Amino acid sequence: MAKFKTSKTKEEPRINTASLPDIIFILLFFFMVSVSMRQNNLMVRIKLPQATQVQKLEKKSLVSYIYIGQPIDRALYGTNARIQLNDSYATVKDIPEFVAKARQARNEAVRSLITFSLKVDQNTRMGIVTDVKQELRKANALKINYSCRKELNPKQ
Amino acid sequence: MARRGAPEINAGSMADIAFLLLIFFLVTTTMNVDTGITRILPPLPKNKNEKVDVKERNVLKVLINSHDLMLVNGKPATVKELPDRIIDFMSIHPNNPAYPQVREKFIPALGRKVLMTKGLISLKNDRGTSYKMYIKVQDAIAKAFNEMKDQAAMKYYGLKYDQLLDPEKKKVINELVPIRVSEAEPENVGGGR
Repeated sequence: MAKFKTSKTKEEPRINTASLPDIIFILLFFFMVSVSMRQNNLMVRIKLPQATQVQKLEKKSLVSYIYIGQPIDRALYGTNARIQLNDSYATVKDIPEFVAKARQARNEAVRSLITFSLKVDQNTRMGIVTDVKQELRKANALKINYSCRKELNPKQ
Repeated sequence: MARRGAPEINAGSMADIAFLLLIFFLVTTTMNVDTGITRILPPLPKNKNEKVDVKERNVLKVLINSHDLMLVNGKPATVKELPDRIIDFMSIHPNNPAYPQVREKFIPALGRKVLMTKGLISLKNDRGTSYKMYIKVQDAIAKAFNEMKDQAAMKYYGLKYDQLLDPEKKKVINELVPIRVSEAEPENVGGGR
């Protein structure tokens, strides 16, 4: 038996960590594929209302967003509800142009399928929302979506 | 290790680099799916003076004032009971004057005429109504119509609307249960701003 060395003299073998980066990369790719980047910098505070009968909004490339809510910087902009289009505050008068631009950016074949998603804070008064809706009707943008959170535990 | 000729590059920090990237993506991204209630707005009337004549008995008037209180056909009501009221109102009673009129419509896919109600939900809100309340009411209306679609799907296909896989069948159900909601032209009804 003296021919064989006892393993006790050696250090314990290390765990091979060479495949660790691969595992992390797989995680990384999963996240890269499954998520969408934040598109607009929100300048209004939005807490969406809850609803039970919500549907998923499909085809995100065909959705344009209109945000309505109190400005985040209330010291500067006051507490009245404001409309945000793209990355800046807007008024109701800017909606037709916004609709026209949204149409122009899309392929002609899908222009009639554009949905305008209204992301409105739940404490907003309906006046401004009605104005926006009237303006959308005038611009013939009739497909709209009232963005809501899904109510998880509806009270029966 | 020393037995080999070329020394290996230490790949231990590779994991750290990947971790940094991973954390970057975790922080900058949002996972939420957009959900909401989709509606088609009515087109603007071409002629402003054109009045659509709808009989009184065919309309269920839902009014919300600036204090978020609701009237259904002139009487106070709660959001909770609204779906049942709508389902009851839209049900078909050919010879009962308390319910809306009915009409016959030929549905090609079913190969026969079907009785349809002429009932209509008229939703009117004030400029001072809160969006939260408005969505609650829209939600209640959507609930009622989804329920009716389920009923129709059960009747004709023995499945719930969501369980129908054939888009043609869904189309038939949508034709049988059209979402008849009219939103009045905006006006100040309850003293809001």
